[in-house]
Amino acid sequence: MSDVGTFSTLRRGLALSPELRTGLAGTIALAVLQMAGRVSVPVAVQQCIDHGINGPSGPDTRIVLGYVSITLMVLAVSTFCGFLMTRRLFTVSETALGGLRSRTFRHIHDLSMLHQQSERRGSMVSRVTGDVDQISVFLQTGGVQLMLASGQLIVSSVVMFAYSWQLTLVVLLAFGPAVAVIRLFQRRLASVYRTVRERNGVLLGAVAESVVGATVIRSFGVAGRTGRRIDTAVDDLRTAQQRAMRTSVTSFSSGEIGAGLALSGVVVVGTLLGVAGDLTVGRLTAFLFLVTLFIQPVQIATEQLNEAQNAVAGWRRILDVLDVDPDVADPDDEGVELPAGPLSVRFRDVSFRYPGGPIVLSGVDLELGARRKYAVVGETGSGKTTFAKLLTRLMDPAEGTVLLSGVPLTAVRFSSLRSRVVMVPQDGFLFDATIAENIRFAEPALTDGQLREAFTELGLGDWLAGLPAGLDTPVGERGEALSVGERQLVALVRAYVADPDLLVLDEATSAVDPATEVRLQHALELVTRGRTTVAIAHRLSTAQAADEVIVVDAGRVVQRGPHSVLLTEEDSIYAKLYASWLEQTR
Amino acid sequence: MSSGTGNDVLGRGLRVLGKAIRAEPRLFVVSSLGSSLFGLLIVANSYVVGFLIGHVVAPAFAAHRVSAAGLALAVAALLGISGLRVASIFARRLGAGFMQFRLQARYRRAVTRRYLSLPPEWHQRHATGSLLSNAGSDVEAAFAPIAPLPFAVGTIVMLLGAMITLFATDWVLAMVGVALFPALFALNFFYSRRMSPRQIHAQRMRAKVATVAHESFDGALVVKTMGREADESRRFAVFVTELRDALVAVGRLRGVFDPLMESLPSVGTLAVLVLGTWRLQTGAVTVSEVISVAFLFTVLAFPVRAIGWVIGELPRSVAGWDRVQAVLSAEGDLRYGEGELPGDGPAELRFDRVGYRYAGGPPVLSEVSFTVPAGRTVALVGATGSGKSTIAALALRLVDPDSGNVSLDRVKLPDLSAAALAGASALVPQIPFVFDDTVRGNVSLDRPGIGDDDVWAALRLAQAERFTGGLPERLDTAVGERGTSLSGGQRQRLTLARALAGRPRLLVLDDATSAVDPRVEAAILGALRAAGTSLLVVAYRRASIALADEVVYLHQGRVVATGTHQELMATQEGYRELVTAYEKADK
Ligand SMILES: Nc1ncnc2c1ncn2[C@@H]1O[C@H](COP(=O)(O)OP(=O)(O)OP(=O)(O)O)[C@@H](O)[C@H]1O
Ligand SMILES: Nc1ncnc2c1ncn2[C@@H]1O[C@H](COP(=O)(O)OP(=O)(O)OP(=O)(O)O)[C@@H](O)[C@H]1O
Ligand SMILES: [Mg+2]
Ligand SMILES: [Mg+2]
Repeated sequence: MSDVGTFSTLRRGLALSPELRTGLAGTIALAVLQMAGRVSVPVAVQQCIDHGINGPSGPDTRIVLGYVSITLMVLAVSTFCGFLMTRRLFTVSETALGGLRSRTFRHIHDLSMLHQQSERRGSMVSRVTGDVDQISVFLQTGGVQLMLASGQLIVSSVVMFAYSWQLTLVVLLAFGPAVAVIRLFQRRLASVYRTVRERNGVLLGAVAESVVGATVIRSFGVAGRTGRRIDTAVDDLRTAQQRAMRTSVTSFSSGEIGAGLALSGVVVVGTLLGVAGDLTVGRLTAFLFLVTLFIQPVQIATEQLNEAQNAVAGWRRILDVLDVDPDVADPDDEGVELPAGPLSVRFRDVSFRYPGGPIVLSGVDLELGARRKYAVVGETGSGKTTFAKLLTRLMDPAEGTVLLSGVPLTAVRFSSLRSRVVMVPQDGFLFDATIAENIRFAEPALTDGQLREAFTELGLGDWLAGLPAGLDTPVGERGEALSVGERQLVALVRAYVADPDLLVLDEATSAVDPATEVRLQHALELVTRGRTTVAIAHRLSTAQAADEVIVVDAGRVVQRGPHSVLLTEEDSIYAKLYASWLEQTR
Repeated sequence: MSSGTGNDVLGRGLRVLGKAIRAEPRLFVVSSLGSSLFGLLIVANSYVVGFLIGHVVAPAFAAHRVSAAGLALAVAALLGISGLRVASIFARRLGAGFMQFRLQARYRRAVTRRYLSLPPEWHQRHATGSLLSNAGSDVEAAFAPIAPLPFAVGTIVMLLGAMITLFATDWVLAMVGVALFPALFALNFFYSRRMSPRQIHAQRMRAKVATVAHESFDGALVVKTMGREADESRRFAVFVTELRDALVAVGRLRGVFDPLMESLPSVGTLAVLVLGTWRLQTGAVTVSEVISVAFLFTVLAFPVRAIGWVIGELPRSVAGWDRVQAVLSAEGDLRYGEGELPGDGPAELRFDRVGYRYAGGPPVLSEVSFTVPAGRTVALVGATGSGKSTIAALALRLVDPDSGNVSLDRVKLPDLSAAALAGASALVPQIPFVFDDTVRGNVSLDRPGIGDDDVWAALRLAQAERFTGGLPERLDTAVGERGTSLSGGQRQRLTLARALAGRPRLLVLDDATSAVDPRVEAAILGALRAAGTSLLVVAYRRASIALADEVVYLHQGRVVATGTHQELMATQEGYRELVTAYEKADK
């Protein structure tokens, strides 16, 4: 990580939010005016000393009052400008950062499933919350202060120069070493602040696990272990923060030493100049005031540059996300719509491996006809879910192509794909809302009546009627206020109302009791006529009900055909599976 | 949540600070001393500058002659002050920073300890996202004023020092300070009063944004499969906009406060000039004294703002503190007894007229009584939503019943110690939960006495030996957050192995083999029975049920019948329908 990295991150970070430039000129103008007020005070002091106090006629209150009232007016204007500037700054920066939050959020959703899973949830959340907050703190306090400080630096240098170029040179020379030290430290700071942000993400991840896994932790009595892990994360964060603080203070104090050198240099050189007759006491005094006006911004700038590193770390973490191209991308305008009507599926020599893992599907070559019902069966870990994810383009195959009704999946626009192809994943997820809201997630326009109808069509009307609040029953976070089977029912209805042409069910009824499952299956059969269904199941009752069964074993399709035909293939995997099923269920 | 009036926010904010100081007194003293030194040095510096101008520079100018000794004195004084200032900055900044970080760490630990000790029922009532922000941004907010606190303390010391020197110089000039300093405090006071509700609102919106983001990322797969990315983004944007508005409201107020806070000391400088001139005329002060005092007000401008920083942060601090306190003071902990379970054979589980309802809902279980005799297998059969998982949770004392008793080997569960309970029984939940850890860590959970051999044995028993053996780093393979790199069935077997590894005396399997092939399931159950563990099994498969010594048939939260499978088949219509559904479907 280099100095260049810091500045290019800063540049790219700022470029991410072009909104930040809204009215920037006006904001800067206001800031300059505000600063003018600050500079007016030492000038007034000088004028008062030279003309009012040390004036020819001795101390003269009238002259002093004159200068003071002018300065007061300048101050009033500059204070008002400060007010306007802060207001603008907050509005602009918060609007821009709000946009950044939303865009990052969207980008995370656009990332491929595997990318999403490679990142811890707590850490993703921190990118749209804490990391952005860091930037906002910097833009609003640091940013203004840096801006004001640099303005003040320039103005006070100019004024100092007007008072005495020799003394100005002394001041600049005194700060030379400090500037070098500060530059040197920026590099260190960049890396320590990055560590701080990272460890913050790790901590949130650890805390999230203790919350989500609370029951398991309790039932195994391992709270101590989880607690120790969190402690480690907490302490790691604290050490990183302390290291960042030490580095930043060291860098800051070099500015302080510069200030001491500058002040003493000015006194010495100023006295020499004064003795030579080039300077009045008033001018030297004013110059000393000006030096403090010069020192202040240097200190503020050092401080804020340190803060900036924090913001840069935040920006960098956001860029880290935004820089990841959604590798399973929406072809968007270049894409095509799926042809109307029921969809057929073709897997052409498809292989897949998870990143860094072994091959889990190989040489899958399949054709699934439109309007037909398929069951996919196979052992745990044989690759069924992987197959379903390739079919719904949650992932792209490593080799080969998946086609829907002759169109390669990669060419299909997501708007078309996601409305026509719907999967109910193995772990059906519900949002913390009511049943109705969860189902409307798929079809926002549905009325309560239509929702009820959907339940009735799937034979779940009685279940819904039995709920205390019916459709308005809250399901709790992740659906936890429902039983696991009930969650699956809701997830199924949600997919059903989406009315897809290809419905993929990955163990969608694994927790539902047999009687309800059978009823559901009958109902689905009636209502899914006309659409293509692919159902993955361990319960072979699903396979029996399908038009055709696809048997997966160790990543290969080893058998396919109607249940009755496969049964006759003696010693086949399916025959064995079914024998076992019969034996276990009858 | 109360928004509070300015008065009590200020008061409560100061009390939070008081607590913080009492928790880290040493660091506070070090940093405040550093900061006070810093403040006094500022005062000293302006007097030194005034003195040098009056006694070294001006005479030299007048005499057109430099005194080397005088200049050396000036340089030594200025550099000496500068050196002391560096030392004071280190003390102040490091002290304040370390104090803040230590406090954050301490409260993060405390909050997460509460998370670990509060019962599952409490967890269900709180969204993960907001619990995350309690431990994250709320703790941070609570101690945000700590960073500028020592600076502010030092500033107060400095102001006192300034007042004393002012009075020592001239009482008229001192009046400027008398008028100005209280004005600064009053301004701060009004500011914090107006700011408080805005900060509280902003903090609440922050938590809301985190909650929505967390939930949305949690459900990312559903969002994706339904193609609802755009709608989710819109939903999120609503809260982002609200947060933005809240923060802009904060900014507007700061826009009033910050410039005023900055201008006031300048007004002081100007007042000193006017009054100083008048006092010069009357001969009450010297030129160098006027300059010193004017200089003093100029340098005061910056540090005085530190008080504003502290007070400005107080409302947010109080908001964060309240949210943290809500966790720390949450009640409803399950109290554990002291009881131990003697022996190490299979244990007997008994439900005696147990009733339970989830908060605010209808009764889910009523009058549930049954027994799992030591070493026996009991199957729990009932339709979806009939209350099986609730029974499983009660058996492990994840929740306490509203009425009736659950006991293990005739000891009521609440009388048992936490360790005795966790050591004796194990639950394989319906939804497997896998830790972000290695295979070994997930199975052993670092419980004492579970070595690699035991882990392998448990994996073997759970039929997970083959796939874990094939993993690239075997037991050391990390499985990802919530086990993302495993298939559903693999996750289930891993959690099964975890339960088996502790050799529980009672094992509760809540539909824990749904993703396991039927034959494998039978093998697992057979092995468990042979090992002599008491088993409570939620199952639907005939073979699994047939393995049971007894079946408890549950219907809408009531035990309808208990008996062998054959008995229930013969007498219970509902039971028969439930377990023979697949056969019927064939016909
Ligand atoms: N995200 C992932 N990263 C790495 N490996 C994975 C990932 N997901 C699955 N695997 C591996 O790929 C293989 C196939 O998994 P898949 O989920 O397709 O199995 P499955 O047939 O659906 O099994 P189950 O019946 O248990 O659901 C397994 O060995 C699994 O460990
Ligand atoms: N946290 C909760 N809050 C409110 N109601 C709940 C909660 N958990 C479960 N319920 C309700 O209690 C009833 C029993 O739920 P439980 O999970 O015990 O059923 P189950 O028999 O395990 O069902 P399944 O076979 O679907 O797993 C259900 O009607 C469910 O809606
Ligand atoms: Mg699967
Ligand atoms: Mg259940």
